[in-house]
Amino acid sequence: MRAGRLLPIGLISAATLAHEVLLIRLFSIIQWHHFAYMMISIALLGFGASGTFVALARRPLVERYPAVFAASAALFGIAAVASFACAERLPFNALEIVWNPRQLGWLAAIYALLILPFFFGATCIGLAFCRHPGQIGRVYAFDLVGAGVGALGIVGLLFLVFPDTALRFVAALGFVAAALAATGMARHRWFAAGSLGLAAAVIMVWLPPSWTAPGPHMSQYKGLRMALEVPNARVVEERSSPLGLLTVVESPTVPFRHAPGLSLANTQEPPVQLAVFTDGDGITAITAYGGDPATVAYLDRTTAALPYRILERPRMLILGAGGGEQVLLALRAGADIVDVVEVNPQMIDLARNRFADFVGGIFSRPNVHLRLAEARAFAATTGERYDLIQMPLLDSFSAAAGGVQSMHENYTYTVEALRDYLAVLRPDGVVAITRWLRVPPRDILKLFATAAVALEANGVAQPGRHLVLIRSWNTATLLVAKSPFTGEDVAATRGFAAENFFDISWAPGISASDVNRYNQLDQEYLYEGALALLGPDRADFTERYKFDIAPATDNRPYFFDFFRWRALPELLTLRTQGGAAMLDWGYLILVTTLVQAATLSAVLILLPLWLRRRALGRAVHGLRFGLYFLALGLAFLFIEIAFIQRFVLFLGHPLYAVAVVLAGFLAFAGLGSAMAARWMAAVGGGSPVRGIALAVVVIAFLAAMYLLALPLIFERLLALPDAAKIAITLLLIAPLAVFMGMPLPLGLGYVGARSDEFIPWAWGINGCASVLGAILAALLAMHAGFTGVVTIATILYLVAPALLAGVSDRDRNPSPTA
Amino acid sequence: MPRLAQCQALLAVVLASAAAMVSTSAPAQDRLGERAAMVETIKGHARSAPSAVEGQGIDPAVLETMGKVPRHLFVPEEQRGAAYRDRPLPIGYGQTISQPFIVALMTDLINVGPGDVVLEIGTGSGYQAAVLSPFAAKVYSIEIIPELGERAAARLAELRFDNVEVKVGDGYYGWPAHAPFDGIVVTAAASHIPPPLVEQLAKGGRMVVPVGGPFATQFLMLVEKRRDGSITTRQLLPVAFVPLTGGRAR
Repeated sequence: MRAGRLLPIGLISAATLAHEVLLIRLFSIIQWHHFAYMMISIALLGFGASGTFVALARRPLVERYPAVFAASAALFGIAAVASFACAERLPFNALEIVWNPRQLGWLAAIYALLILPFFFGATCIGLAFCRHPGQIGRVYAFDLVGAGVGALGIVGLLFLVFPDTALRFVAALGFVAAALAATGMARHRWFAAGSLGLAAAVIMVWLPPSWTAPGPHMSQYKGLRMALEVPNARVVEERSSPLGLLTVVESPTVPFRHAPGLSLANTQEPPVQLAVFTDGDGITAITAYGGDPATVAYLDRTTAALPYRILERPRMLILGAGGGEQVLLALRAGADIVDVVEVNPQMIDLARNRFADFVGGIFSRPNVHLRLAEARAFAATTGERYDLIQMPLLDSFSAAAGGVQSMHENYTYTVEALRDYLAVLRPDGVVAITRWLRVPPRDILKLFATAAVALEANGVAQPGRHLVLIRSWNTATLLVAKSPFTGEDVAATRGFAAENFFDISWAPGISASDVNRYNQLDQEYLYEGALALLGPDRADFTERYKFDIAPATDNRPYFFDFFRWRALPELLTLRTQGGAAMLDWGYLILVTTLVQAATLSAVLILLPLWLRRRALGRAVHGLRFGLYFLALGLAFLFIEIAFIQRFVLFLGHPLYAVAVVLAGFLAFAGLGSAMAARWMAAVGGGSPVRGIALAVVVIAFLAAMYLLALPLIFERLLALPDAAKIAITLLLIAPLAVFMGMPLPLGLGYVGARSDEFIPWAWGINGCASVLGAILAALLAMHAGFTGVVTIATILYLVAPALLAGVSDRDRNPSPTA
Repeated sequence: MPRLAQCQALLAVVLASAAAMVSTSAPAQDRLGERAAMVETIKGHARSAPSAVEGQGIDPAVLETMGKVPRHLFVPEEQRGAAYRDRPLPIGYGQTISQPFIVALMTDLINVGPGDVVLEIGTGSGYQAAVLSPFAAKVYSIEIIPELGERAAARLAELRFDNVEVKVGDGYYGWPAHAPFDGIVVTAAASHIPPPLVEQLAKGGRMVVPVGGPFATQFLMLVEKRRDGSITTRQLLPVAFVPLTGGRAR
């Protein structure tokens, strides 16, 4: 069979994966990222549903393969646009879920709509497996390579066009796949192919932008929408990339005056500002500056200004440029050299180029160096030594308060991160970290605990002497010093706090009578926590605290995950009295997504099994086969996701990690799939089960090796240029992924030889398992770390062939019963 | 015929007065039972929020007022059914009408006495101003969104909350013409407390700021200006929640 016949499979696979990435982007703009994640995870069960559908209607569908493939691909194209256009118009308000159960109905409607494109896309691929039972390895190879190209392609495309335009490309790609497939039809082939090709062109060119624009349907409770309600406020610039949609707003009538943590003793009004919203939320201010430091004197009265009372003319590093507020403060304080690292290139472009005049060219000054880099990677590779490292407050209060970041790995606030920062400090240097103050405190206590552990790991016997913690009514700043703070430092801190009505929650030599003066908490949990975390009660206090404040590590980098199951019943009981506001929703949403996905998957897997129980032969086989594909789907996703998360640190950017690792895994697994038949013949002696068994042994060996070697490899090679690190990443992934691409096609071929009824069913199970695997991997990583996730994946791989082997032993002469 | 004309005239007067009575007193009478139930819910919640009510419970006068103000007339038509449930409701423009329990806590905390002048930043629906109205000599309220401000002003006038004055504008500068204020309520979210508001708070005055996102009040911040001009804040949880389990809290 010519490869051209399989090309539509690659194309529809690319379009489906691109659509997944795109939907997360679009719904992160309309709603919030964690809700987007939940919606799209459930929608991906369209893969499982298509397996059921093909299993139930296999024969008539396969008989008309080219026409059905073309129709399904075209329906993907239509549904990609139509389902999104309808879903974004539904009046779903995520914030109201606690109060109004009716919102769950709208959520279900969104699921039902978004599932459609994935259903049609996966139907094409499931059908292809049924149509080419002898070519399963090649079909799967086209599917995987297509998905890899789709993942890379959409990330690239999102740098060039806005997400709603990208949606047209994805829909058009569905029609191109349909047109190509139609050329294989028995009759009317050129007419069908021509019209489908025309449809692709029409969608690309003609589709009215208003159908799919996310802006008008953005939740009215997002910061951007609220800002635009103010008279005369308007959008002056918009930039889009896979990292987010940046919207710059000016509001001449009612200025923004964004200055978190500002003292109540301040009397100065902040200058004119532009607000930058990321995905419509999380305001960052770009402050007008004409070169006169007096115009930003108010910044002296924020908690983040404390280190300038201790250090004179520091050589400093700012981790996260934002709109440049911390640069202004540094310039005002007379900082010597200011190095700034920022992870978003478009934010850099806005601050340094587009609004250069507005900010008085601060990023082009000879002593200010703005660099595109991730904080950790920069700290680990820079040869500079600093007096001060500032970690400013860049996320929004509502994002911090809702705990929506809890499901994201974050390498900025781990024990290893703090040690990296301390390593680039000069002997008297200080790290200053500012966070929102939540009530009851969480972030700050976790940060304090993290700093104490990092200092101890550096051989500091009394970490309390290296720490100072102050707070305003809504922010707190922690100073971590390389050398112990002196009496003068503490006196300067006391003076600064008293002038600004700030409270000192920890400083060397502080006593209970010094705390909780100006901004009174019911109980001074920060001081009490600091005492406990520095003394013998650390473990007891951490255990008894109702939020998880144990330090994050690189193996379990979930700084923002504060969730504890045992606090849940109490907070749910109190949900209408503020309990809901104390819940960390990120973790809960992961769990509810898993429960929903598992329930729906069970229906999708058990339904065809039950309906076709006679055709499928003895149920025990069906169950064992089913478990085999379930184990493979879970294990593949566990390793893939653990590697994406682990490589964020090495590649220095979450986007590179997703694009390179995902594309690498998919492409090399595709290669492995194409080689599977030869592997089975050459190594497995023609036995699929033996071929699989040997492949999983190699997978287990490689995975174990990587667990041991990756931290070392990262440490040694972190300083290499990006291109070299990407090449090394692909080289590392290649052998593992090649073997991970083999068990599925070999297993499909094996069960297909017994009953080709199994093929679509197995495909559906694998689809459901992929969805469950992605969610479970995220949850397991939060509990057991990456090591745990990879270990579980290895066990699943090792168990899998035994599930097939058992059947083989009992049933030596299988005959298809369909 | 003159008799008939007299009767007709009398009837017209009676009908007109009845109509006038309906227009002023009907809202207060309407849905009384639901309001009473809402007040009971608030009382129940307040019992478990000792910090926010400063150990005293919510002032009965506040509860009595909330039992009178027709909340259903402050919410959009489609939300009226839920007007007396103890929950925040959307009022458009990304704004909400606060949960009645939070309104009660804020009114209680600000502790307005007869003769006091109160400033509100963020009129929204006008409900908080209406609840404050009977306690204060005058309530000044500023709303940033013209449509909301105009609607609230008309509604408050129609319901005869005559001591409430609403203007549309930038709340940052407060309302210097009527300063100082004995109490200030800042319901509009802000990254910091505007200095002019601190300035316009009378010595001994109280400012209350609910902190959190839409539909989720995290805590209430009480800003107090002492007689010596120094400022303190208190963060009050609307619920009794102790973050440490078991053992002793040192």
